Amino acid sequence: MELHELTIHEAQDLLQKGEISSVELTQAVIDRIVAVDNDIKAYLTLTPELALEQAREADRRRAAGEDNPLLGIPLAIKDVICTEGVPTTCGSKILENFVPPYDATVMAHLGTQGAVLLGKTNMDEFAMGSSTENSAYFVTHNPWDLSRVPGGSSGGSAAAIAADECLGALGSDTGGSVRQPAALCGAVGLKPTYGRVSRYGLVAFASSLDQIGPFGKDVTDCALLMNAIACYDLRDSTSVDAPVPDYTEALVDDIKGMRVGVPKEYFVEGMQPEVEQRVREAIDKLAELGAEVAEVSLPHTEYSLPTYYLIAPAEASANLARYDGVKYGLSLQEGELWDNYKQTRQIGFGAEVKRRIMLGTYALSAGYYDAYYLKAQKVRTLIKRDFDRVFEDVDVVVAPTSPTVAFKIGEKVDDPLQMYLLDIFTLSVNLAGICGISIPCGFADGLPVGLQIMGKPFAEETILRVAYAYEQATGWHKRRPAL
Amino acid sequence: MKLSRAEVEHIAELAKLELTEEEKFKFCEQLSAILEYAEMLQQLDTEAIPPTATVLPLQNVMRPDEVAPSFSQEDILANAPDAAEGCFRVRAIL
Repeated sequence: MELHELTIHEAQDLLQKGEISSVELTQAVIDRIVAVDNDIKAYLTLTPELALEQAREADRRRAAGEDNPLLGIPLAIKDVICTEGVPTTCGSKILENFVPPYDATVMAHLGTQGAVLLGKTNMDEFAMGSSTENSAYFVTHNPWDLSRVPGGSSGGSAAAIAADECLGALGSDTGGSVRQPAALCGAVGLKPTYGRVSRYGLVAFASSLDQIGPFGKDVTDCALLMNAIACYDLRDSTSVDAPVPDYTEALVDDIKGMRVGVPKEYFVEGMQPEVEQRVREAIDKLAELGAEVAEVSLPHTEYSLPTYYLIAPAEASANLARYDGVKYGLSLQEGELWDNYKQTRQIGFGAEVKRRIMLGTYALSAGYYDAYYLKAQKVRTLIKRDFDRVFEDVDVVVAPTSPTVAFKIGEKVDDPLQMYLLDIFTLSVNLAGICGISIPCGFADGLPVGLQIMGKPFAEETILRVAYAYEQATGWHKRRPAL
Repeated sequence: MKLSRAEVEHIAELAKLELTEEEKFKFCEQLSAILEYAEMLQQLDTEAIPPTATVLPLQNVMRPDEVAPSFSQEDILANAPDAAEGCFRVRAIL
C-alpha cells in the first residue's frame, strides 16, 4: 500500500512503530497531490512548505515522547475555515486576497494535536451550492468520474479524500454540504449536532445552521477527527457546554437491538431507482446485523426545502453584508461610499450568492417578513418536533443522503430550483439541529451511493456505532477510484 | 408570486448590489419561481407554533466585561484595501 492510501489510524500505527515518519507521509501525500490535482482540482491553496515544516515538528514531538492520534497527520481544510497566515477565500473573488490574522478554533485544536495542513480546498462560493460549480475559481472533478461533480459545497474536501490527496479533511455543513459530497465521492462525512463544534473562525453563511464537520476514508477516521474538534468554546456564543466523549469508544461492531427508523417521506419519486435500491439493501443489512427496523413518519419533510431556502438566504443576507470593501477583501475604490459598496459586491459575488442575498433580503423586508421568514421559522419548529417525536421510538433514522449519484458538470447549473432539490434529504437535519453521517453503501452506474444515518442531538456516538457496524460488515470504504 | 422589476430593484438597493439589466430580468424569473414554490408553507397552520430562531435553549450568552489583549492594529489593517493613520480609509460619504 502506498503511503497516501493510508487512513489516519493506519498511518498512526506506522508512525507509532517508527516505520514511517510524518515527513515521509506528508511528502508522499504532496507527491500524490502533484500527480492528480491537475485533473481533480480539489485544492485552491497548497501549503507544501508549511506542511513539511509542521511534519518535521511532529516528528520532533514524537521523538520527545508525545503521541496522539493526529500527530503528524496531513489534512485538507475547506477554504471557509480561517487559517492564520494562509489565504482563506471561501471560494469567492471578494476574498481573493484575504489572509486571516487568526486561526479558527478547530485549527487551533488541530495545531495543538500536531496535525499537518496540506492546503485549503475548493468549495461553492460562501458554501452556497451542491456541486462546487459555484466556486469563483474553478470546478472540482469527482475522482470516480472526472466529467462529474464531487457534490458541494465541500466538494474539494470530499474529492481530496476520495483521491487520497489527504488523510482526513474538514468541511462545513449548512444544508448538507459535508454529507452530500461525501455520498457523491464515496467518503464518510459527518455533520455534528449544532453547537457541538465551535463556529469561531468558520466564515458564516447561515448562523443557526452552520457546523464544521469531518471527512474520513472510514468511520474510525471521522471519530478521531471528531475527538480533536468537538469542544465547548467561549468565543462561540452558540457553543454548547456538553462533555466530549471519546468517539472511538462508540466504534463497537454490534447493533443488535438498536432501533432503526426508516422515514417513508424520504423514499420519493424522482429519486434515482438504483440509489433507492442500494439504500434499501443497506437497511436490509442493518436488519441482518440485528437492528430492529421500522417505518417512521416525518410528516413535514416536504416543507424542509422551502423552509431552508427562506431561512438560510435570510441569515446569509445578514452575514454577507460585511463584504463592503472597507475592512478586507475586494474593493473597487471608485465613486463615493455607497457606489463602492454596490459595485464591489456586484463584481465580487457570483450569481448564486447574489441570488441568495436577494432572496434573503426579500424574505426579511418590511411587509414580507411575517409571510416568509417568520412563517419559515414556525415550520422549522414543526420539522424539529417531527424528529423529537421519532427519536422517542428509534435510536437512529436512516435514509438516502442524495437522490442521485454524481451528475455531469454543467448538467444542473441552469435551473437553481433543480439544484436545490438535491438537498432534500439533508436539509431537515440542519433545520432540526441534529447530527447526521453519510457512509458509502454501494454503487449505482459505477458511482458511489451514500447512506445517511441521523441521530438525536449529541448522539454522535449512536450514529458512529451504526455506521461502524455497517462499514465493517460491507467494506465499501475500501474501494478507491481508478486514477 | 411574480416579482415586479421595481421590487427587484428595491431589493437590490437594500442588499447593495449593482445588478445588470440581464441580472434584473433573470433574478426576477428565478426568485419568482423560488418564492412561488415557497408558497406551499402557507398550507400549514402555524397559528399556535412558536418560531425557532435557534435550536439551542441558549439565551443572551455573555462573557464578563473584562479588558484583555486583542489583535494589534497592524494585524487588523493588514487586509485593509485602504488604510491611513492607523484607520481604515473609506470613500467619501458626502
